[in-house]
Amino acid sequence: MRSVFNKTLLELAKKDDRIFMVLADIGYGEIEPFAQAFPDRYFNVGVAEQNMTGIACGIAMEGNIPVTYSIANFPTLRCLEQIRNDVCYHNANVKIVIIGGGVAYGPLGISHHSTEDLAIMRALPNMVVLAPSDLAEASEATKAMIKYDGPIYYRCGYKKEPPIHEDSINFKIGRAITVCDGTDAGVIYTGTIGYNAKLAVKELDKKGIKCRFISMHTVKPIDSEIIVKAAKETGAIITVEEHNMMGGLGGAVAEVLMDSNLTNIKCKRIALPDVNISKVGSQEWLREQYGMSPQGIADTIEKTVRQK
Amino acid sequence: MEYLRLATLIRAYAVRMTHRGKSGHVGSSLSMADLISVLYTKILRVNPSQPDWQERDRFILSKGHAAAGVYVALAEKGFFPKDWLDTYYQDNGRLSGHISHHVPGVEFSTGSLGHGLPVAAGMAINAKRKNKNYRIFALLSDGDCNEGSTWESIMFAAQHHLDNLIAILDYNKIQALGRSKDIIDLEPLTEKLKAFHWAVKEINGHNYQQIEDALTNVPLESSKPSFIIAHTIKGKGVSFFEDTVSCHYKYANEEELEKAYNELGVKI
Repeated sequence: MRSVFNKTLLELAKKDDRIFMVLADIGYGEIEPFAQAFPDRYFNVGVAEQNMTGIACGIAMEGNIPVTYSIANFPTLRCLEQIRNDVCYHNANVKIVIIGGGVAYGPLGISHHSTEDLAIMRALPNMVVLAPSDLAEASEATKAMIKYDGPIYYRCGYKKEPPIHEDSINFKIGRAITVCDGTDAGVIYTGTIGYNAKLAVKELDKKGIKCRFISMHTVKPIDSEIIVKAAKETGAIITVEEHNMMGGLGGAVAEVLMDSNLTNIKCKRIALPDVNISKVGSQEWLREQYGMSPQGIADTIEKTVRQK
Repeated sequence: MEYLRLATLIRAYAVRMTHRGKSGHVGSSLSMADLISVLYTKILRVNPSQPDWQERDRFILSKGHAAAGVYVALAEKGFFPKDWLDTYYQDNGRLSGHISHHVPGVEFSTGSLGHGLPVAAGMAINAKRKNKNYRIFALLSDGDCNEGSTWESIMFAAQHHLDNLIAILDYNKIQALGRSKDIIDLEPLTEKLKAFHWAVKEINGHNYQQIEDALTNVPLESSKPSFIIAHTIKGKGVSFFEDTVSCHYKYANEEELEKAYNELGVKI
């Protein structure tokens, strides 16, 4: 996915000289084409994420579209106050891109996991939060992000994520995409864990459990309408995210249900537990450990639906 | 004479505004009053009737807690009506305790230290890349120079030869909890900055001629960012505030306000 993001950005930058890349010494093997094509619009500030964000904000204040870029939580948590005070308060047109959302960098350990980002980024006024789930969404999300005027957090995957959408997609910020329809439960996911959720939904389909499967690629502003409709029409909402249980997609969906007085339906959040992950293993192995293998997700959805 | 007039007004209003707001940081406005006076009288190319004029010099107050002092200068220059000054720190006021870009003439909001110079450096590198002639000034405090982000941008600005960037340090040598030398001693500062490939000049930050000479002759060296270390006295101009840690927190009571007016030779 990171390659798709970088290639798409490069194409956009050919047509729009307002696009800058501001890096903190991360991006080997990916960012070189941009650096070579646009040396005047490319800066590696060194390993200095606070300065990266401040520099990007200064560039944005002058009418440009700088993209900050690094892995996991380096360009978010290390420089959170710069994002809050400099970028969001000034509504500066800075795009914050991370590579490796969730536990994509699994065996590297917790320093390289990004598992609280959705909660923290969506708590910031003016911030839009995107988490594309496959390569088609990644490309469209990049285009939409550059077109949008204002701060955006973009949670990018890492490897060659398999496709979730079988047809072409109509990607709009704040408008979720229904991947397939169903009436037994609304399964709402965000990010690359969506593929495991898709396999789970397919498995359940064979058992006669028909899920409405929804990609919530924009966690903020969240698509309230699609959530309310799914809740009313299916009576069960299950969220799936590769993120701490606290405050991410599940929290955002629960807020919508509460504000809509839809508290009499079955709900379940599938997410990482609120722990510091010290287990060592690949992304897929870690997902399995925390109930997010295709089978783990299917079991939880089925149990929830059976309780209706 | 104009420098003294504006600096005196900045001081008198800063004491009055913090008195009315029962707010802190008066010493920080008093400390930089002479620097702000020269900047807004002679140095900064800004246009009060067109605050967003593209070719303006950019001025970022990184020590955002000294907002009162800048607000006075902006009001005096005509960026907004002077009666706004009485709304400083008040309910439904126009002017917040830390500097805000919602006020006409303010380039950037700060308040947490260490934010001003990185943003200024971003503006400076953009100006370089776009061949713009305006300059970018950032006014820093002692505390600002404790922040790692300030030093990150010091390294960046030198790396990219940003000679359109001018950092001014209001070096009153007092920070929130005491004397800088007892907390984080910045010395030898000139040598440090030179080692970081900045052009550096030390001046008396209360001597108008020295301030004017230094700020008129920037960049100090071509291809290098300029750092002007202005030696100042916290609370300068009001005897009971001068060179005290407490003037970071205290405000003048009724009696002290009158005393300050007397010392400054103005009454508002």
